[in-house]
Amino acid sequence: MSTVIKVQDISKLYQLGQIGSGTLSRDLNRWWAKVRGKEDPFLKVGEVNNRAVKGNSEFIWSLKDINFEVQQGEVLGIIGKNGAGKSTLLKILSRITAPTTGVVNAKGRIASLLEVGTGFHPDLTGKENIYLNGAILGMRKAEIKRKFDEIVDFAGVARYVDTPVKRYSSGMMVRLGFAVAAYLEAEILVVDEVLAVGDAEFQNKAVGKMHDISSEGGRTVLFVSHNMSSVKSLCTRGMLLKHGGIDFMGDVSTTIDKYLTGDNDMADSGIIPIDLPREFWTGEARYLKVALKEISKEENKNEFYYRSSFIVELELEVLKEINDAVIQIMVGTFDGVRIVYHDSSKEYPKGVKFKQGKYKIKTFINEHMLPGSYSIYLGLTHTDRKTIEWIDRAYDFHILRTSYNPDEHYRWRNVWGYVLNDEPIEIKAL
Amino acid sequence: MNEQIEKWDLEIKPKSSLFSIDINELIQHRDLIMMFVKRDFSTVYKQTILGPLWFFIQPIFTTVMFTIVFARIANIGTDDIPPLLFYLSGITIWNYFSDCLINTSDTFVKNANIFGKVYFPRLIVPISVVISNLMKFGVQMILFLMAYFYYIIFTKTPVHPNSTLLLLPVLIFIMGVFGLGLGMIVSALTTKYRDLKFLITFGVQLLMYAVPIIYPLSYVSPKKRWIMELNPMTSVIETFKYSFIGKGTFSINALAISFIASIIILLLGTLIFNKVEKRFMDTV
Repeated sequence: MSTVIKVQDISKLYQLGQIGSGTLSRDLNRWWAKVRGKEDPFLKVGEVNNRAVKGNSEFIWSLKDINFEVQQGEVLGIIGKNGAGKSTLLKILSRITAPTTGVVNAKGRIASLLEVGTGFHPDLTGKENIYLNGAILGMRKAEIKRKFDEIVDFAGVARYVDTPVKRYSSGMMVRLGFAVAAYLEAEILVVDEVLAVGDAEFQNKAVGKMHDISSEGGRTVLFVSHNMSSVKSLCTRGMLLKHGGIDFMGDVSTTIDKYLTGDNDMADSGIIPIDLPREFWTGEARYLKVALKEISKEENKNEFYYRSSFIVELELEVLKEINDAVIQIMVGTFDGVRIVYHDSSKEYPKGVKFKQGKYKIKTFINEHMLPGSYSIYLGLTHTDRKTIEWIDRAYDFHILRTSYNPDEHYRWRNVWGYVLNDEPIEIKAL
Repeated sequence: MNEQIEKWDLEIKPKSSLFSIDINELIQHRDLIMMFVKRDFSTVYKQTILGPLWFFIQPIFTTVMFTIVFARIANIGTDDIPPLLFYLSGITIWNYFSDCLINTSDTFVKNANIFGKVYFPRLIVPISVVISNLMKFGVQMILFLMAYFYYIIFTKTPVHPNSTLLLLPVLIFIMGVFGLGLGMIVSALTTKYRDLKFLITFGVQLLMYAVPIIYPLSYVSPKKRWIMELNPMTSVIETFKYSFIGKGTFSINALAISFIASIIILLLGTLIFNKVEKRFMDTV
């Protein structure tokens, strides 16, 4: 494997606020400072890109001192919150804007796909737009000609190729745009969140195509997305950006977990703040605490051996008398997919009667979760399913690859699911 | 440790050198240039009834207006050239020039959406604008030639084409270079200072009076002519008229100055364009 992209000390400075009025005088000022050999008077160096904090300069480092390398054939997923610098990085890599400092070196053509159907002209026909869009993305005319039928076929717009695209439905536009880009023959592909469009069938087709691009011919893909499941399924490596710097770089699942864990104090301690902004809350009761414990042990843990069961302990404070409560305890992933559901309706079919006061609730989780990171979700409802209290990601925990029994360690590189079914498989020759 | 001497195909840096234009890259993208030209050309009059006829209608009406207002009412001389030919030749060339300026002045603002999403040499845009305007100029030349041959064949007006017609490629070259140079300057500056766009739209109208279109250069005293000749378009227009019709002022010196001036404009354009190009997207 060889390095195809090498990024050294890339930083990007952006000007905040209004650009326009006053720029001429500012330019003259700056020029005058330069003539006298002074430093740029408008450049206050050192401010970090954090959109939540109000800085005192008009300039901001959208990216600061970024260094990394990408190997050939790698699919690098770039994730981070809004404003972390993802788009700026993509813009620099695809040469839409120049970095303020630093150098990027690359081998081969870089094609960027930051938007589907860039440069489509509404008055031109589908056919003309395929050629125009292809040329904009850097394809030669002969290349497009060779692939024209495949593109039309992939987009599924054969009937409309001679119709101006302004008569297309938006879905058709997107299909056509993606189809052109999918047949680009660039060594390095920079892709922004363009898959979040089109119908489900087309999305699958698009993700499949992206898979092919990276697996066949060892092409390198840089992929930015907020959709963790597509990052997970597509990428071989991940990069987490935070406030314009690289927070973490490594294998995809670890990166995603780091990103999703974020700065979530509650999920780390299990103590649920009273003033937690709740989406649904009737004021009748609230959860105060979650704790996970190994069976027959006292201390709280957030890491458990593979194939071990554990205890969930909750503390509930009831503020008004409730006659028909249902306690819901769920295990889910960080991005909100709930996998294990458990409620109290089996033991209390008519609901639990709570008087005012604090209660301790305890149960076991016997499901064998596959290695990975999970979180506890909590709910409290009336028997008519009216929500009293609901807490997302109340407490994070991790299932390790190691087990109590050395023979039962998780030995595979990939994790293919969430829950293990331990029943024997019978095989008979027919 | 073996000091690695790695070969990179691409280097992205904060700044590029002042006069460098990556010709290879432009050649690689020649299909795109043609595609843009085709787009500009074929979409202008889509969904119109008269279609490409509009290319002719504008110069015809302007010429008729000029003939009525300037030749008949104001009685401004035309160097003994039939007024229709006189104005039409001036307008044909001037149209090219003003379209180049006006169209390049807002291409970056107009195409900001594309530039924000994909990279190709930004220079392609002014180049394609100049080329499509040259083609439009070619089409309007047909109109001029039709009028021209009408005068030669059907009237007794003295029209003398002469050997300076051979300079026509030079004229077109100057027009192309000058248009591209100005286009680069204008498109680079308008991204940052949008005031320029307003300046240009009416500035072009005013500038027309500083070029011998509605009056012949011979109206200007020889001592002051150099001021007008600083503008390359002046001698292009004069030479054009002289070579087709045989009347008017022709000076090889003035043409040489125009030639040099247009090259200087092109260099200056490259300089400014290179300086701004890489950061277009931050300021548009």
